[in-house]
Amino acid sequence: MGGYGDVQLLREDGSRLDGRKLDEMRPVKIEAGILPAADGSAMVTHGLNVAVAAVYGPMEAHPRKIQRQDRAVIDVRYNMAPFSTSDRIRPGFNRRSREISKVTAEALESVVLVERYPRSKIRVEIEILAAEAGTRCAGITAAAVALADAGIPMRDLIVGVASGKIEDTVVLDLDKAEDNYGQADLPVGILPNTGEIAFLQMDGDLSPDEYNLAMEYNFKAAKEIHEVMVDALQRRYQGGDV
Amino acid sequence: MSQGQTGAEQRLVTPGMAIGPSAGKRAGSGIITEQETMIATQLGWLQEKNNTMSVHPIHSAYMPRSGDLIVANVAEVRNNLWFMDINGAFQGLLPMSLAPWKVEFGAARQHMDVGNVVLARVQEVDECHNVVLTMKGVGLRRLNQGAVENIPVQHVDRVRGDGNILLQRLRDASDCRIMVGENGRVWIDGDSNGIAWARKALKMVANKGHTTEFEAILAEMEQEKKGDA
Repeated sequence: MGGYGDVQLLREDGSRLDGRKLDEMRPVKIEAGILPAADGSAMVTHGLNVAVAAVYGPMEAHPRKIQRQDRAVIDVRYNMAPFSTSDRIRPGFNRRSREISKVTAEALESVVLVERYPRSKIRVEIEILAAEAGTRCAGITAAAVALADAGIPMRDLIVGVASGKIEDTVVLDLDKAEDNYGQADLPVGILPNTGEIAFLQMDGDLSPDEYNLAMEYNFKAAKEIHEVMVDALQRRYQGGDV
Repeated sequence: MSQGQTGAEQRLVTPGMAIGPSAGKRAGSGIITEQETMIATQLGWLQEKNNTMSVHPIHSAYMPRSGDLIVANVAEVRNNLWFMDINGAFQGLLPMSLAPWKVEFGAARQHMDVGNVVLARVQEVDECHNVVLTMKGVGLRRLNQGAVENIPVQHVDRVRGDGNILLQRLRDASDCRIMVGENGRVWIDGDSNGIAWARKALKMVANKGHTTEFEAILAEMEQEKKGDA
């Protein structure tokens, strides 16, 4: 993420290589309840990213050593399918997927009312079927919709969104080239109704002004994604079989 | 239906959605109050009853409460107790002292084995979700015949109807004995045609019970059953 000076990521007119404006997001589509066997599920298509999340539980936490007497634990498993990128990914856990599973679980624990289910476990499986930068954000968004679909009580629907810096310019929602050759990446988990931040990571360097602008972009995008999330949940049940 | 729902008139809320100011109203299940604003915590239909706002969830897990009548399966047998699958997050425990028989230590399996189905009551639930069941009480017994159908836990009230009116209609139309457990398991006993009809009707009530066309569909099903008989 140090940036590559010889790779051009902005056109001469200031727009991005895929034609988007600096504060424009890739198209987002969300569908809730796609897996009949899961208690709750969702599929998020964010640009070329495709993330599927399934939620099971609350159930008795096993092994017993992970149980908490006063709350539920959220067990997240983030995994990229071997065919999700152009280079085949070796199946199974790796350092990156462990890290993303951990930060996602911590982000979700801050919104789920875990104290309602002592000694329990809520299992969240996130599978990335296609990857094009921003999979952890797509995974968090999918997990939030799947948790809501499973009837798990939450303070808010958490939204995953990222901004970054390319060619000394702050942009919203990096695509693959911008992520690989850009200077910074700032993925954030936002609670749109309260404006709280449930998780934040930063890769690369941003000045305070750039950081503020990136967060402004993130909050704006979070509101847009939140509307799509609510619409997906309402479309599934409004007037349907419930 | 039992909640007076008509589908289109109900407001579907999602977690985090602001319901309105909390002044003069009480927050019921599925609602929290933050900075004098009521906020929904679950996906479901918003309801107001006796000045209390609550969310009737679209999905929910069975959370046992003391006194619940449930249909449970034997999951494990020990020398002096049975572990029961109660369709919830945790197994229930039925000690031999709360079984309806005099059980010798080590002879629990002679009375009930893995897979047996019982009608039991939740005796006690502590704050850590330890669930103790009892089979001492009128009507509580091992269920040796009939069939068990699962319905979503949040639709148990819907299947019963106000004052058990709907349940009684299903019993009369199917000519079956039907017991609805709070844990979303329904025991049906009767002839095979009656059981098949009752299963179909239960699914229909769970899926269509909140819609305006529900009454017409049920009446048609009842007529069909009468015609068959």
